[in-house]
Amino acid sequence: MLKIENLHAEVERKAILKGLNLKVKPGEIHAIMGPNGAGKSTLASVIAGKEDYEVTQGIIELDGEDISELDPDERAHAGIFLSFQYPVEIPGVTVTNFIKTAINESRKAQGLDEMSAKDMLKKIRQKSSLLEIDRKFLSRSLNEGFSGGEKKRNEIFQMAMLEPKLAILDETDSGLDIDALRVVANGVNTLKSSNNAIIVITHYQRLLDHIIPDFVHVLHDGKIVKTGDASLAHELEAKGYDWIKEKIIS
Amino acid sequence: MKYTEDDLREELKTKEYEYGFYTDIESETFPKGLNEDIVRAISKKKNEPQWMTAWRLEAFNAWTKMIEPEWPNVQYTKPNFQDIAYYSAPKKKPKLNSLDEVDPELLATFEKLGISLEEQKRLANVAVDIVMDSVSVATTFKETLAEKGIIFMPMSEAIQKHPALVKKYIGSVVPPKDNFYAALNSAVFSDGSFCYIPKGVRCPMELSTYFRINEGGTGQFERTLVVADKGSYVSYLEGCTAPQRDENQLHAAVVELVALDDAEIKYSTVQNWFPGDQNGKGGVFNFVTKRGLCETNAKISWTQVETGSAITWKYPSCILKGNRSVGEFYSIAVTNNFQQADTGTKMIHLGKNTKSTIISKGISAGQSQNSYRGLVQINSRAENARNFSQCDSLLMGNECGAHTFPYIESKNKSAQIEHEATTSKIGEDQLFYCNQRGIDTEKAIALIVNGFSKEVLNKLPMEFAVEAQKLLEISLEGSVG
Ligand SMILES: Nc1ncnc2c1ncn2[C@@H]1O[C@H](COP(=O)(O)OP(=O)(O)OP(=O)(O)O)[C@@H](O)[C@H]1O
Ligand SMILES: [Mg+2]
Repeated sequence: MLKIENLHAEVERKAILKGLNLKVKPGEIHAIMGPNGAGKSTLASVIAGKEDYEVTQGIIELDGEDISELDPDERAHAGIFLSFQYPVEIPGVTVTNFIKTAINESRKAQGLDEMSAKDMLKKIRQKSSLLEIDRKFLSRSLNEGFSGGEKKRNEIFQMAMLEPKLAILDETDSGLDIDALRVVANGVNTLKSSNNAIIVITHYQRLLDHIIPDFVHVLHDGKIVKTGDASLAHELEAKGYDWIKEKIIS
Repeated sequence: MKYTEDDLREELKTKEYEYGFYTDIESETFPKGLNEDIVRAISKKKNEPQWMTAWRLEAFNAWTKMIEPEWPNVQYTKPNFQDIAYYSAPKKKPKLNSLDEVDPELLATFEKLGISLEEQKRLANVAVDIVMDSVSVATTFKETLAEKGIIFMPMSEAIQKHPALVKKYIGSVVPPKDNFYAALNSAVFSDGSFCYIPKGVRCPMELSTYFRINEGGTGQFERTLVVADKGSYVSYLEGCTAPQRDENQLHAAVVELVALDDAEIKYSTVQNWFPGDQNGKGGVFNFVTKRGLCETNAKISWTQVETGSAITWKYPSCILKGNRSVGEFYSIAVTNNFQQADTGTKMIHLGKNTKSTIISKGISAGQSQNSYRGLVQINSRAENARNFSQCDSLLMGNECGAHTFPYIESKNKSAQIEHEATTSKIGEDQLFYCNQRGIDTEKAIALIVNGFSKEVLNKLPMEFAVEAQKLLEISLEGSVG
């Protein structure tokens, strides 16, 4: 589904990704871990097409198609979803209005009519109950005054509504309390199918207790330096990153 | 069920509007320049009573001694007032046979505004099939008003038919000598609307100038007077979202509202005069004086969406004369390209326990300048007056400007005045967030702008709000690259 080869990217002339390789197949869950500043969020932004990040080398393909020239909205239409580490506020725009616009814009791009109000409402009901979101919450301005945990839950609500092919969850677990983590993880697991794939960026094993990854990658200094199965995350939790860094140096 | 203006509009969609407000004045234009003779001639042309002629002359004489205000934060070449023809009978626009003959750019705009085909024809002056019962619909409208004793007609007609009412109230809120443009308007006003709601009557439909714009358009010096008698209510809509071009560059309108005891007037405006081209050439200069007077326990709300004009100079104000009277001002002013707007409000608290609310949203894009100028004045007798003001500015890009000039004059210690102001910028992060959800940049801006303007849009009558929302989108199109 996703194929990244020898990806180099820089922001403000500073090289951040330095030859990164990653392959994700439908039905897979990949976890990306790594120290602060390693380039995890940068990778997410580059896949989503953020303009500030300049790809200087390498390829990014989605379903065999080069997407490196596509605008962020076109990539979203192609099925890429990013749950932001720091979701932004949009004052005066309700969650409902925002998600409705997002869905209809994607449908428009696919040559479909707008979703009927009835279907939209049904879907909102279904997905908000999946994520145990009080519907009053949906008439609040997007992310304005939301708590850290509410923001993250709202990101996953949007993912549930948009049903992306490839979802990248950037530290979705940070800010969530223990119960919320369980609810959100269950939500994500429910959305998982053999046709879509998920990349979870996290620092902690506790999320991976709920969302069990097929692969765990360690991103360090702009490259994936180690890949393993779910047990690698446990090892990292116990040992930290130093042993990996040392191995690279030696 | 109440019969609303929307219903009427719906019914009229395929019909020629023949409401009967159209005043046929033979085509004729006076020579350029302004002097007493021209003023007299205008009055004569309109067959006005002697008191009206005298009133105009007095205004003219005051005007000659006045100078154009320099304080607004706008820059322009001052019009040469002797180079304007002050009377020009409305010219009939040529009737077109089909929409194919209409400027495609105009049609594209209509399309974006979501204006129906039939409506487009009406606006672009394309001949429409006349359906038999169009007259009956218009009659229903007229009859409903007449039944309730509501007067709604062109000012020139009101001067003839209801001279006592006009004489009593015209100039009572905006005196002819009030300011340079008001004096000019008083001397030469062409026409406008007059509206009177009798005691205790609740006007059952939104009154709209839309229904009585005659073929010649609204004119350069428009004069509107709305009088709501004791305990009555009216919602009045001015303007329309369709872009309006005019060969006259200078517009100086006066609007006066009188809300007697316990009355309420809601006055909503959508202003979309031609703002000039991409380089700022050829736009309309709009210098408007709008003021309302509230007697005891009366309420006046001004709601405006300003997107047009090269220059806007406009301060809808409320004089809260009666005790417990309420004034409200809700405004969205958008400037793009080279537009300049200096707009705001004045809330003059004279009575006890008076209350005012100001919500102003300024959106600037391109190289435009957008200024809010507001005055809250609490008189020494105005015990327990309260004001809340909120002025928010939204900037798009780095070349535009937003300015806020709040003036507060309080002569009474019991006053409670709150002022909040914010300035924000549409952030790259916001845009990327929207893009990531599949919303393209143009749509994302529209979404953010609508969110920003929502408190004001919500104050507009429903259908007007939907159109105004689209208008905001169009006004800002292409403003972020
Ligand atoms: N817009 C930017 N301008 C300058 N430097 C940037 C920018 N964005 C990212 N960086 C730098 O790139 C590096 C990688 O940042 P990134 O956010 O991808 O790290 P991360 O792996 O997600 O870290 P964390 O675990 O703390 O979230 C950091 O050194 C960061 O300071
Ligand atoms: Mg990060």
